[in-house]
Amino acid sequence: MNTSEKRELRRFAAEIRIALLEELKARGFGHVGGSLSICDLLAVLYGKVMNYRVEDPKWADRDKLVCSKGHAGPAIYATLALKGFFPMEQLKTLNRPGTNLPSHCDKNKTVGIDCTTGSLGQGTSQAVGMALGDKLKGRQNRVFLIVGDGEIDEGQCWEAAMFTAAKNLTNLVWIIDDNKKQLDGPTADILPTFDLRAKMEAFGFDAVRVKGNDVEALYEALEKKPEGKPVAIIMDNVKGSGVKAVEETASNHSMNVAPEVWDSYIAAVKADLEALEKEVAEA
Amino acid sequence: MKLNYTGSPDPRTFKDFFGTEIPRMLDADPNLIYLDADLMSCIGTAKYGKAHPDRAINCGIAEGNMAGIAAGLAAAGFTPICHTFGPFASRRCFDQVFMSAGYAHNDITMIGTDPGVTAAMNGGTHMPFEDVAMYRALPGATIVDPADTAQLYSIFADLVKRPGVKYLRANRKSNDRVYEDGNTFEIGKGVVLREGPDATIIAAGYMVGKAMKAAELLAEKGIQVSVIDMFTIKPLDAELVAAYAKKTGAVVTAENHNRIGGLYSAVAECLAATCPVPAGCVAVEDEFGEVGPVDYLAERFGLTPEHIVAEVEKTIARK
Repeated sequence: MNTSEKRELRRFAAEIRIALLEELKARGFGHVGGSLSICDLLAVLYGKVMNYRVEDPKWADRDKLVCSKGHAGPAIYATLALKGFFPMEQLKTLNRPGTNLPSHCDKNKTVGIDCTTGSLGQGTSQAVGMALGDKLKGRQNRVFLIVGDGEIDEGQCWEAAMFTAAKNLTNLVWIIDDNKKQLDGPTADILPTFDLRAKMEAFGFDAVRVKGNDVEALYEALEKKPEGKPVAIIMDNVKGSGVKAVEETASNHSMNVAPEVWDSYIAAVKADLEALEKEVAEA
Repeated sequence: MKLNYTGSPDPRTFKDFFGTEIPRMLDADPNLIYLDADLMSCIGTAKYGKAHPDRAINCGIAEGNMAGIAAGLAAAGFTPICHTFGPFASRRCFDQVFMSAGYAHNDITMIGTDPGVTAAMNGGTHMPFEDVAMYRALPGATIVDPADTAQLYSIFADLVKRPGVKYLRANRKSNDRVYEDGNTFEIGKGVVLREGPDATIIAAGYMVGKAMKAAELLAEKGIQVSVIDMFTIKPLDAELVAAYAKKTGAVVTAENHNRIGGLYSAVAECLAATCPVPAGCVAVEDEFGEVGPVDYLAERFGLTPEHIVAEVEKTIARK
């Protein structure tokens, strides 16, 4: 990946963060921590890796995203709106009565959402079924599955992981967002994950660990050709990543803060974006 | 409707049906796919599964994962049929069936074998008396409890094609034969098996043959009852229930299930809203199961023709 492509993805990640924070500000509260921590990943997936058609969101041969940690829906909605799946104004309807943008992902409500998730663990098996189905239908696409490091407390994730490797579903890419926190506190205190890479390898995956905010490393991991085993990417991450004040908030799973606080978060990302633009101009 | 009730079991077991029909349907329809949780051998599909591992997917002993995979396969354009024993097809994977299939509108069929006392020698751990109650609470679900194998032959393909979540509870062995081959059934429509003015017995599954026997025993006592096979527990044929409540003035349900949440509850809800008449039930009295031969368990949990006779007499007395 050249410098310009890398900057473009970083810029897209910042745009997703701004749209996400505006979306949450419009409602006043929401799942900010786990949404922020997948913004760089979403920028790489929707900016460079995934094949999809905005004008034909249900195209059968598209690459599909299953965000099993369904509470990160607001980050995906921001990404989809920026890509033109629906108008940006719709983001302001998040969690309003009758909205098409519910707290957790719902494929029957939101254009561009590929899988209904929210009851943690359940996206994993659905992603397996989707990848198996696509493979049996002879499609050449891939399914990308995002799982939370807290979410893997759910035993269903490990049933699905076992099946993925057993059936060698190399068209399914597991991405674990190891952001070190779950709702009640640090994952290390609630239910430690131990060595996730070793765990996934023991389950039959080719596992890599990359920085969750490194778009180039994420891109390389996502584009790595499977060598006889499905790929698992463990994102070494920070919950609330990209907004220092949120990163430093102990309990940031869901936050309810005043509009001016949301504005301060948005201003911080905008400052990063401006610095990036400056970098581009100087280059 | 041509009946063939003699009090004897259907010579073809439900396992015979599953073992021949599921492979036949899979061969005929490439969009159909079958999943099991390490119980293919129990319904006669193991040989097919070994020969066609991409058409009959063995998910191992992981029922929640199986339900989720089925939902994902539905999203990818397949029509999935899943099987495991009744307790695992309901309790063990209910959240996955509810959310990943039902809520997400990924249509699947779940077969739960050996409902209620037919779990017999597997005992209380394997004896679902609550599966119907759970699936009734799933919006849009269809629940079928077939009277005999002949009936299952006629309805299975329609059931699999229906939208939503479909739950089929069927014994692996035979129920008492009730029907001649070749009848046509409509899912959601009960079948009147016998006409009589004094009361109506509404039965499902294993209890339909018992209800026919009870009607004979009652006739010997001069009591003429109607018998309805309510093989579709949801959606309930409310029109038929109300019509026979009005016509006979007393209703007794008979089911191989807890009295809470099953056929009795469904019929009682319907009667309360349409035609309140005295209603009794023959069902399990809110107990856990236990091990033993089916005949012992039927007696133990009060599911015999004699129990139906007593309940009908008691209910008629309340008219």
